[in-house]
Amino acid sequence: MQASESKELYLSEFRQYRNNGASKNPAWLKQLRESAIASFQELGFPTTRDEDWKYTSLDPITSVAFQRGNGVAKTVTADDIFGLALADSGCHRLIFINGRYFPELSSLRGLPAGVRVESIAETLRRDDDSLQSHLGRYARIREQAFVALNTAFTEDGAFVVVPKNCKLGEPIHLIFVSIANGKSVASHPRSLFIVEDGGEARIVETYVGLGTGSYFVNPVTELVGGEDTVIDHYRLQREGAKGSHIGALEARLSRNCNLTAHAITLGGALVRNDVHAVLAGEGSECLLNGLYVLDGKQHVDNSTEIEHIKPKATSLELYKGILSGSGRGVFNGKILVHKDAQKTNARQTNKNLLLSADAMVNTKPQLEIYADDVKCSHGSTIGQLDRDALFYLRSRGLSHDDAQSLLTYAFASEVVARVKIDLMRQRLDDYLLRKFGRNQESRIQ
Amino acid sequence: MAGRGMLEIKNLRAKVGDNEILRGINLNVGAGEVHAIMGPNGSGKSTLAHVLAGRENYEVTGGRVLYEGKDLLTMSPEARAREGVFLAFQYPVEIPGVSTTYFLKAAVNAVRKHRGLEELDAMEFLALIKEKMQLVDMDQALINRPLNEGFSGGEKKRNEILQMAVLDPRLAILDETDSGLDIDALRIVASGVNALRNQDRAMIVITHYQRLLNYIVPDFIHVLYEGRIVKSGTRELALELEEKGYDWIKSEGQGLEV
Repeated sequence: MQASESKELYLSEFRQYRNNGASKNPAWLKQLRESAIASFQELGFPTTRDEDWKYTSLDPITSVAFQRGNGVAKTVTADDIFGLALADSGCHRLIFINGRYFPELSSLRGLPAGVRVESIAETLRRDDDSLQSHLGRYARIREQAFVALNTAFTEDGAFVVVPKNCKLGEPIHLIFVSIANGKSVASHPRSLFIVEDGGEARIVETYVGLGTGSYFVNPVTELVGGEDTVIDHYRLQREGAKGSHIGALEARLSRNCNLTAHAITLGGALVRNDVHAVLAGEGSECLLNGLYVLDGKQHVDNSTEIEHIKPKATSLELYKGILSGSGRGVFNGKILVHKDAQKTNARQTNKNLLLSADAMVNTKPQLEIYADDVKCSHGSTIGQLDRDALFYLRSRGLSHDDAQSLLTYAFASEVVARVKIDLMRQRLDDYLLRKFGRNQESRIQ
Repeated sequence: MAGRGMLEIKNLRAKVGDNEILRGINLNVGAGEVHAIMGPNGSGKSTLAHVLAGRENYEVTGGRVLYEGKDLLTMSPEARAREGVFLAFQYPVEIPGVSTTYFLKAAVNAVRKHRGLEELDAMEFLALIKEKMQLVDMDQALINRPLNEGFSGGEKKRNEILQMAVLDPRLAILDETDSGLDIDALRIVASGVNALRNQDRAMIVITHYQRLLNYIVPDFIHVLYEGRIVKSGTRELALELEEKGYDWIKSEGQGLEV
């Protein structure tokens, strides 16, 4: 199948959806969908001729006739899901199966008053002012084909509101499970997170794949950080071997908003993460923390854009990649400093570790600066393990493999250490030690 | 030599690239003995240490090394370590992300496994390391930090001696352990080393300055110059070198050149 045929399939699926499942929704959403599908029709799928997609071919997505799934999951158990998600059954969570809310395995207990953690489909049934005023306002529907496609098919996802001055201690987990057995399944989860002035929250979006078939998940998340907020956002990907994930995070930071956005990719055949953080308030701070671990023929493309609009904002970005097999990594990092954003402090780093001769990385950090009083730096590295360090460890009795494993684990640890949810960090540590350190025992505290 | 033979180096030659650095080293070290190797910069001291530990960027071009009767040069670095060879590095490598405890537990268990001993569990290991930490006045906070990262020169060297104490080698090679140390740190390191001296363990102490040898008193001293041992003697030789400098040896060394 050609990309143009694939596009036609989505357009015709939309025409059906418009008259069917979508017809009951409020008028504002219908309008949003119509303009989104028009954008998608106009934009079409990007190709490798587009600068932003130069190294990432969309063949695995455009050559398959994916269809939206029905959200039925008779055989899935909580254990299946928690085995992959870096969480346990005690966590606050909404679970979505193929893009639809799955209440049977979801659990929310004792959230503070005023905190809303809902399925968007549920919220839409009774309409909602804050959903209406924020949904689709930040995402770049007119510029990005996949965001447009997601918006056109918006029907479910997570809606989280943390009210003014509410400090939410426990993390909220939103777990999106793709299950494809036989049929090729697509889903377009749409989420909106609002943390109101003075609020604090930890929100984890986890994407896992179960089953053996191929699937395509196309999530878009809009995140609104009010003034003086502290937000810790995670996007964890453990997609299946035939799973493709094209995801976008659109974050807007008000004055003194402090956002850390983590992107941790451990699985998936084709993964693309677009992160767009707009530092729209003075003194806001944004930390982007990324780790991608690839093997086999995995392809992971991280594209981040940080826009400094107001003065005295800080952005720090560290993405690290570990590539083995014939894995392919792409990093595109852009920092855009607008004219008024004086006293901007921005630093961007991408480091890659290649463990095999066939692994490959394309990395492109970019700065675009229109203000004159700023401190900006960027850099990227691609390398192998340090020979001196390898020799040092071996000279103490560690085998070559164990020394290599330990150093690989060590390479990732800088990113892992920034994970603030203890259970998640420990599980991630365990995962990496198991993956790279075959004979290592768990860490001594 | 008084002690039992442990290390026998015969006409060892090695190069880096096209540069021949060791040009026929002969040295015998017996169990229980401490040998100091002195010499001016560039004489090949550190190269000798690294060749014995198995570093790959040196090419051995001639000679042989027997360690406890086995051909040392055909062994991998980890095999040497497991057989009891330990090199205290002049420049210990910083490894962010791995704590000293974690790394050292993996190392000690690799060595123990090779020796047919039970691997230590976390509690046993902590007891062992706590005991050895006292030798070099290390505190718990330091060994829980990433290996050598941000350590001062003294802390790095103490960490090397701590590792030596925990791994319990039969042949310890100390490469310029005194470099970068102030007098207090030097005392701590030296007393740690002295505590590890015993009749079964041999040591090769490499140093540019005789200062270290006031604290670690060797049984024998060898002077290395242009890749060869040009003079051997007892402790008095170090004092003579201190007094006369290396120029005296250089002129003698050149005299030896055939």
